[in-house]
Amino acid sequence: MTATKKLRVATTSLAGCFGCHMSFLDIDEHLFELIELVEFDRSPLTDIKEVGDCDLGIIEGGLCNAENVHILREFRARCTKLVALGACAVNGGLPAQRNHFKLTEILEEVYHTSPGLANGLIPNDPELPLPLNKVHPLHEVVKIDWFIPGCPPSGEAIWKALTDILAGRDPDLGFGMLHYD
Amino acid sequence: MSESFTLDGKTIPFAAGQTIIQAAADAGAWIPHLCYHPEFKPHGSCKLCTVKVNGRHMASCTTQAQAGQEVESNTDELNEERRTLLQMLFVEGNHFCPSCEKSGDCKLQATAYELGMMTPHFDHFYPNRPVDASHPDILLDFNRCILCSLCVRASRDVDEKCVFALSGRGIDTRLIVNAASGRLEDTDVALTDKAMQVCPVGAILRKGKGFAVPIRQRTYDRSPISDIALKETSLALPAVENKP
Repeated sequence: MTATKKLRVATTSLAGCFGCHMSFLDIDEHLFELIELVEFDRSPLTDIKEVGDCDLGIIEGGLCNAENVHILREFRARCTKLVALGACAVNGGLPAQRNHFKLTEILEEVYHTSPGLANGLIPNDPELPLPLNKVHPLHEVVKIDWFIPGCPPSGEAIWKALTDILAGRDPDLGFGMLHYD
Repeated sequence: MSESFTLDGKTIPFAAGQTIIQAAADAGAWIPHLCYHPEFKPHGSCKLCTVKVNGRHMASCTTQAQAGQEVESNTDELNEERRTLLQMLFVEGNHFCPSCEKSGDCKLQATAYELGMMTPHFDHFYPNRPVDASHPDILLDFNRCILCSLCVRASRDVDEKCVFALSGRGIDTRLIVNAASGRLEDTDVALTDKAMQVCPVGAILRKGKGFAVPIRQRTYDRSPISDIALKETSLALPAVENKP
């Protein structure tokens, strides 16, 4: 029996495509090593809905609506360290390509004026989170401790960054693993 | 050739009139840069090649080598400053690598990899700059322009066409096209121009060839820029076959 306490880790996908989580699963058999070192709190892997007190929060995706911001702030309040995982979390990524257009114009086009959308209505249910005017990367709203760029970062890069962090080092990807695309 | 200076403790010989970056390159030492190109007069604007000469910050592309100079380049302090310059370049434009045809061949990206830039750090500007796709062979994407002026110098000094210029001042500086319409189709620019070969980023692209080489098999996917920058001549675009 080892007396070492496992680190508690939460993960979530905000304005992302879950590609970074899929890439995270690409660490393959390293998952067996990882599970010896960490236990998962809120994450798509556990289906826990509310984030508890954690040592590490890993966040994929940027911020495109009010709920994204709410969850990010919860993660910041509950996690000792936060990691921005992937292009969208780091610089807004694909969702931020809408930043050149007015939100009203986008909603009009998506729900009203595109062909085949006769009488479309812009969804306005109070349950739906309100879209932000612009998409933002995480570090523009809360302090982020580490960044892992890539669209997505490779499983190899994610494993290298995680092992660096678990060993108490800043992630150092180096040539061949550091990519922005 | 007997005169020399030291670069990070290494002795670098130089010929009279050479700049620090030229002498360093001749001796096989790479100093990070974006607006400098060995075939053109230096512009001194990107400041990435800044070194410390006897303790003072100087752009190594515009500072003449002199005997006995003590030059520092590859230090934590200078590399941190270079990372900050790169971060400012990334947030001022729209540098969305996953959708850029230049990804893997881009000197801005490769230099940021080299210097370990993990985040753009600053707030993004997300500027709205319409692209100029008017020319049948060439795409001009102002969103990625870093104002290095290499296309300006190439078009003026080599092609003798003056197709490009930098206009405005400070944060409003922008690349413009020398035509009454402001559009590339109304200039005499051609694919074979030197100005088409020198863009370090994805601002000037040849149409229809963007993905001829797959992602991850490109120039700086294979080797870090610090290893190959001194060996390459013009790698902005693949060699252009003559068009009828």
